Amino acid sequence: MISVRIQEGDFDPGAELARLEGLGGGALASFIGLVRSDGGLIDMELEHYPGMTLKAVEAIVAEAVHRWPLLGVGVIHRHGRLKVGDRIVFVGVTSPRRAAALEACAFLIDWLKTGAPFWKRERFADGRARWVEACASDDAAVARWVEA
Amino acid sequence: MPLELLYFAWVREAIGKGGESVLCPDGIDTVDSLIGWLAQRGGGYAEAFADRARLRAAVDQAFVPLDASIVGAREVALFPPVTGG
Repeated sequence: MISVRIQEGDFDPGAELARLEGLGGGALASFIGLVRSDGGLIDMELEHYPGMTLKAVEAIVAEAVHRWPLLGVGVIHRHGRLKVGDRIVFVGVTSPRRAAALEACAFLIDWLKTGAPFWKRERFADGRARWVEACASDDAAVARWVEA
Repeated sequence: MPLELLYFAWVREAIGKGGESVLCPDGIDTVDSLIGWLAQRGGGYAEAFADRARLRAAVDQAFVPLDASIVGAREVALFPPVTGG
């Protein structure tokens, strides 16, 4: 049971977890990414590539399903204007085994940062705005999942 | 055949539009050569495409390296490294 959604509106993490719980696995791991209040940040605009985003995320999910024995995967990634504290992304996976659930969840969020066409533009209280730069630590996080 | 170009994030802002349709001259057959050809237009194009190390691309909605072919492509997107998640 795979569910991938790219949407502007918020989501209900409880409802997503309940759906995954109902799939009968013994292990459910989840991650929620929120807008941080760094350095006077007010909000951010998340731009994406509408024609490509869904299939890029579905390809990442397909790779996770290939690598781990998963009973269900839920990914929701928001776009548009998001304020400090708003939810940006949800990843939830369920599996018969806890290691698989935890690893697949980490794999998915690492790949969402580097393998899906989203760009963040931050706005600050003092009027500054800037596009977030990709960071080397994100590439390093993904590199650990590359199979030798 | 016209090629649909899409620009995202600060590439879009520098050029001043989200995309356009172009007819590539002969010899423009890779993402790299396309970027060079567009940069020659000057202004926002030159600014957006000044530093190749900061650019990424997708051909027909799949990520590719900048030396990838665009022969037969319908859509090419040019953008900075992604920052989702």
